[in-house]
Amino acid sequence: MYVAVKGGERAIENAHRLLAHERRGDRDVPEVSIAQISEQLSLGVDRVMAEGSLYDRELAALAIKQSRGDLIEAIFLVRAFRATLPRFGATEPVDTGEMQVRRRISSTFKDIPGGQILGPTFDYTHRLLDPQLAEGFAPEGPMVGDASGAATPRVTDILGRDGLIEPSPQGRADAIVGDLTREPLDFPAERDLRLQNLARADEGFLLALGYSTQRGYGRNHPFAGEIRFGEVEVEFMAEDAGFAVPLGSITLTECQMVNQFKGSATEAPCFTRGYGLAFGQSERKTMSMALVDRSLRARELGEELIAPAQDEEFVMSHSDNVQATGFVEHLKLPHYVDFQSELGLLRKLRKEFADATAAAPMREAAE
Amino acid sequence: MNAPSYNFAYLDEQTKRMIRRAILKAIATPGYQVPFASREMPMPYGWGTGGVQVTAAILGPDDVLKVIDQGSDDTTNAISIRKFFGKTAGVATTTSTAEATVIQTRHRIPEAPLHGGQVLVYQVPIPEPLRFLEPRETETRRMHALGEYGLMHVKLYEDIARFGHIATSYAYPVKVNARYVMDPSPTPKFDNPKMDNCPALQLFGAGREKRIYAIPPHTNVVSLDFEDHPFARYRFDAPCALCGAGDSYLDEIVTDDKGGRMFVCSDTDYCETRQAAGHRGSESAAPHREVAHG
Repeated sequence: MYVAVKGGERAIENAHRLLAHERRGDRDVPEVSIAQISEQLSLGVDRVMAEGSLYDRELAALAIKQSRGDLIEAIFLVRAFRATLPRFGATEPVDTGEMQVRRRISSTFKDIPGGQILGPTFDYTHRLLDPQLAEGFAPEGPMVGDASGAATPRVTDILGRDGLIEPSPQGRADAIVGDLTREPLDFPAERDLRLQNLARADEGFLLALGYSTQRGYGRNHPFAGEIRFGEVEVEFMAEDAGFAVPLGSITLTECQMVNQFKGSATEAPCFTRGYGLAFGQSERKTMSMALVDRSLRARELGEELIAPAQDEEFVMSHSDNVQATGFVEHLKLPHYVDFQSELGLLRKLRKEFADATAAAPMREAAE
Repeated sequence: MNAPSYNFAYLDEQTKRMIRRAILKAIATPGYQVPFASREMPMPYGWGTGGVQVTAAILGPDDVLKVIDQGSDDTTNAISIRKFFGKTAGVATTTSTAEATVIQTRHRIPEAPLHGGQVLVYQVPIPEPLRFLEPRETETRRMHALGEYGLMHVKLYEDIARFGHIATSYAYPVKVNARYVMDPSPTPKFDNPKMDNCPALQLFGAGREKRIYAIPPHTNVVSLDFEDHPFARYRFDAPCALCGAGDSYLDEIVTDDKGGRMFVCSDTDYCETRQAAGHRGSESAAPHREVAHG
């Protein structure tokens, strides 16, 4: 006989206890430290900071440890914490032209002022599993040279001087920066909110959408004008002091795509822009973001809207992996009340169907 | 490291004020979906974050909170949310519908009638009743603004043409205060009549979709239907096997793999209260001695 389910509270506690046990794994294996995660799984930490939209390596590393390496779960932990933080205001715009560049490449020019700087990259590595790493391996120290004092102007600025690329729209100095975490999103959304949404968006989702534009679903002829990665200064305008106070530096990756040109009877043709920016070293993310940003400008640039990546409401409503994973996984919650309702209706419809088909041959026989 | 510390009922006061404003606007325009700046909560989107934010915004230290999921106080998510407020707000909690001042619910409205002064907070996954007819928010907001609900009636009509009935058994659309068509959240349509002229305040929170809406006390709520196909509640013929109730919504329990079934109240508080008062169903244990002849 059925006994009403009780004891759920204890079951939950025990499940959490078991989770903590599984998280630790074999206790004969040394426990991983936050510093190890931050130093040795740094690209995972970068992703959690970027999509968690909170620049804090230590908390991101803690989240990765707590989530057993499930990065979306880690992003969720960081987001939930971020939501409780007070918001003092917006920093001064960071100047990526003044970035302390650790890596900087352009695929549009063979050489550029300041030079092409490869930096730490997986590019050109042969993807062969390395048995040395499995055994523990102390790599050689990096080659060290003298830092060049040469400026590294942005490639798009170089193009911009000749008017070959559309100018970046200048924001008004007194304009309030949109923040979709503080104001509900409304469509059509301005580009600041679109870029914020994309910066927080799931890397895989953006990758797939960006890829789809390359395969012809809203093609926009991109060139990687420049990808740069390094440190920028962050400053905050302190009203009391009356000047911008430096808060420190953060690591960013920026991607500027140079896209198909447009022109009209009244405007000379010029290249258009797609923009990507993320915390840490996140090239796949920023390149995908730049492709999708350009794609979402279709309406503004008078292009035909035909592809998913051009559909602002579609892209922005589904880009957030914390929202997406929550709603997909909520199907695990009990739904038996609604299911019961559907069962009842279905049984009724099936009975009516059975009655009707049973009655039909008799009617025919009677005729 | 920035050690987390949290406010009463988790949310900071600024956020609560923002949510309260949205709630007031929602009460002033019954059935209208008010956008609000939903926060990331420490539980997943789709698991009641809208309801939790509404509850957090209205909860005071003297409130008595009840949380149900599928009508039951003992389902895992109900327990989790109740514990969350027990921990972050330290408010008294209860399983009794009558004693609670705030009831957060997912998928059910309690069987026991609500009274004035109570607040029923619904967790809402998709607040837009027109969403599955029109996926675009820009379009559906325009349709609400113009009161353009023909599409919904066509859908209901098509159901009748195809199945002989309106084939919506839960999240059955209602019209509130003769103006806005509203999604009652995925409650079974059995519960729809309870929303009409209810003395309690009904608040609806959709966290992921960032919407709050409300039905103020004693508001007219009508389930959409046609003159020749009037709205009908659906209920099993059998009474509850535990308490014998003939007026409650029932869960079907599969008892074996040979087609064995039994039906019991989905509202556990209602069922237990009735059993404590001596009511018995076909499957319940022998009555306690002291009420055996009651």
